[in-house]
Amino acid sequence: MAEDSLIDWSKLTWIEPPVMGRQDLRDLKKGIDGSFRDFIRENGEWIENIFEPLKWILIKFEHAMVGMPWPLFLVIVAGLSYLGSRSWKLSLGAVLSFILIGWLDMWEGTMATVAMVSVATFLCIAIGIPIGVWMSRSDRVQGAIVPVLDIMQTIPSFVYLIPVVMLLGIGKAPALIAVMIYAIPPIVRLTNLGIRLVDKETLEAADAFGANKKERLFGVQIPLALPNIFAGVNQTIMMALAMVVIAAMIGAGGLGTPVLRAVNNQYLALGVFNGMAIVAIAIIFDRVSQAYGKRLQKHREGGHGV
Amino acid sequence: MSDLKVQIKNLYKIFGKNPKSMVKHVEGGMSKPDLLKNHGHVIGLNNINLDIPAKGIQVIMGLSGSGKSTLIRHINRLIEPTAGEMIVDGQDVLTMSPDALRDFRRFNASMVFQKFALLPHRTVIKNVLYGLEIQGIEEKEAMERGQKWLERVGLKGFEEHYPAQLSGGMQQRVGLARALATDADILLMDEAFSALDPLIRTDMQNILLELQEELHKTIIFITHDLDEALRIGDNIAILRDGAMVQTGSAQDIVLNPADEYVTDFIQDINRARVLELNSIMGKKPAKATALKLDKSMVIDVAMQELSNAKAKSATVVDGNKVVGSVTMDSMVQAIARPDGEVKGIDSYR
Ligand SMILES: Nc1ncnc2c1ncn2[C@@H]1O[C@H](COP(=O)(O)OP(=O)(O)O)[C@@H](O)[C@H]1O
Ligand SMILES: [Mg+2]
Repeated sequence: MAEDSLIDWSKLTWIEPPVMGRQDLRDLKKGIDGSFRDFIRENGEWIENIFEPLKWILIKFEHAMVGMPWPLFLVIVAGLSYLGSRSWKLSLGAVLSFILIGWLDMWEGTMATVAMVSVATFLCIAIGIPIGVWMSRSDRVQGAIVPVLDIMQTIPSFVYLIPVVMLLGIGKAPALIAVMIYAIPPIVRLTNLGIRLVDKETLEAADAFGANKKERLFGVQIPLALPNIFAGVNQTIMMALAMVVIAAMIGAGGLGTPVLRAVNNQYLALGVFNGMAIVAIAIIFDRVSQAYGKRLQKHREGGHGV
Repeated sequence: MSDLKVQIKNLYKIFGKNPKSMVKHVEGGMSKPDLLKNHGHVIGLNNINLDIPAKGIQVIMGLSGSGKSTLIRHINRLIEPTAGEMIVDGQDVLTMSPDALRDFRRFNASMVFQKFALLPHRTVIKNVLYGLEIQGIEEKEAMERGQKWLERVGLKGFEEHYPAQLSGGMQQRVGLARALATDADILLMDEAFSALDPLIRTDMQNILLELQEELHKTIIFITHDLDEALRIGDNIAILRDGAMVQTGSAQDIVLNPADEYVTDFIQDINRARVLELNSIMGKKPAKATALKLDKSMVIDVAMQELSNAKAKSATVVDGNKVVGSVTMDSMVQAIARPDGEVKGIDSYR
């Protein structure tokens, strides 16, 4: 191969890239690891305590769902789907999917996954919307947060699993946090965007009538940004579902665990069944939340007669 | 009628990085293009002085970009001034604390917008109630008041519609009802009817004039349309490049335009519908004629009257008192365009 190339680069030894000394590099890595360990040794306990309630909520919620009689769960699914989408077809589809999931003996895993995704989504909304609102109010805050969101969305999830596990070990809480890191950017971004896109004149009208900051935010900005915020919620749910398998690696449980086992042992059917269950949940969540988001925009449609 | 409601004093607004430092250039007479070219700042308002009497309609007119919207937004301080005072009811709005300013906006001045600026997620009635909600009026009373105003603008039955379901004219009626519902005695209207079709615009002007008959608000009405200005304005102020070039009644402006800019503005209007006998009559009483016309009659009505009576001249009266006379000729003279403008028409021939 070397004879074939037009230029023999190997003669140009001076062009070797500069590399940090092997020793120095090892020291650097050691230093970082060491100081992070020290940090954990000193702060690990209270940090873990902070996340204790999180774990508690998640576990309670999961228990409630797993323990719930299955017909009750189906009624709730049908009810929520119908409330969200106003489509009985979609509600029926959702119910049938869950019956099939139970039939294929994936009920418990599904409940754990739905619980995890629901809690993660709820927390992402609770944290993400205020951050998005804050960003929308100041270009400087936006400038500081956007790169962080970019990193959160592009960094391979395995990389932030490491410090999370070092801090909190393996279990539900670290899994939830890993899911949230991955899933929170869309809701933050779209809240920010939605509020920034609110018509300036409408906002000016609110000002002209003497609205204060709170009345502006809750009376005009958030309601008008709602379709965008809802698109963010939808994306957040989808991203949380996308993390189900990876989160299972650090103790999330649910449908991800059998998938991991299937990969390790080459159980094709097991993997496919559980994978399909995740897909089914994703489709149901997606369709229902999108239909709901569309209904939020109904007032934008013109024409007479409601 | 002649109580001062709003007094604008030495008001400057300059847009740019360091507006305060530009005031001295503008005071020194630098023009808008020069300030932009040499210092990168835009003149929004240039030393505006205007006294607005209570209970009348003050029109502010000018071409697009002349600073009309900027000026009206200083009255409720949606835009912060660079220098100057805005005295409303003896208080300078421009130095009010944030709380006082909010109360001023809630209770003393309400606004109607060119593009309606309704709240699209609220129904028509909820839009009308918006100001009352912010005032903290209790729901039942607010509802009664909102309903009343909705009926006054002719939208009974549309309570539960959303703005997007209404035509432009109807939307602006909602905008008007929303502004009137707060009971503020100053009404700011920024090209409120400019986005509407001509017929609907005339409709809206009629509604406004009708309401004003009974409400006697202080209305500040922005328009770029002279016909509209003449039709509804008790007083007219004309802006050019952020400076006030002329203020006065419709008669003043049509008869004595201050400069070419104003002359251009008035050249296409129907003078017969604007000029009143009052401002064109001769002082000498007419030769024996039975026809008596009121001094505030406009020329085109007066000509019709003369023609009906087959008279050549008429006596102008103020109540029972004789104040002057007009002839067919003098009226024709008055409605002819000033010389300079006729040339333009000649060139068509
Ligand atoms: N926020 C702003 N920044 C810079 N220039 C502005 C701003 N707002 C208005 N202007 C300028 O001020 C002038 C007056 O604008 P405006 O009051 O909107 O005019 P009008 O309402 O008469 O059409 C225009 O030259 C416009 O470009
Ligand atoms: Mg304007």
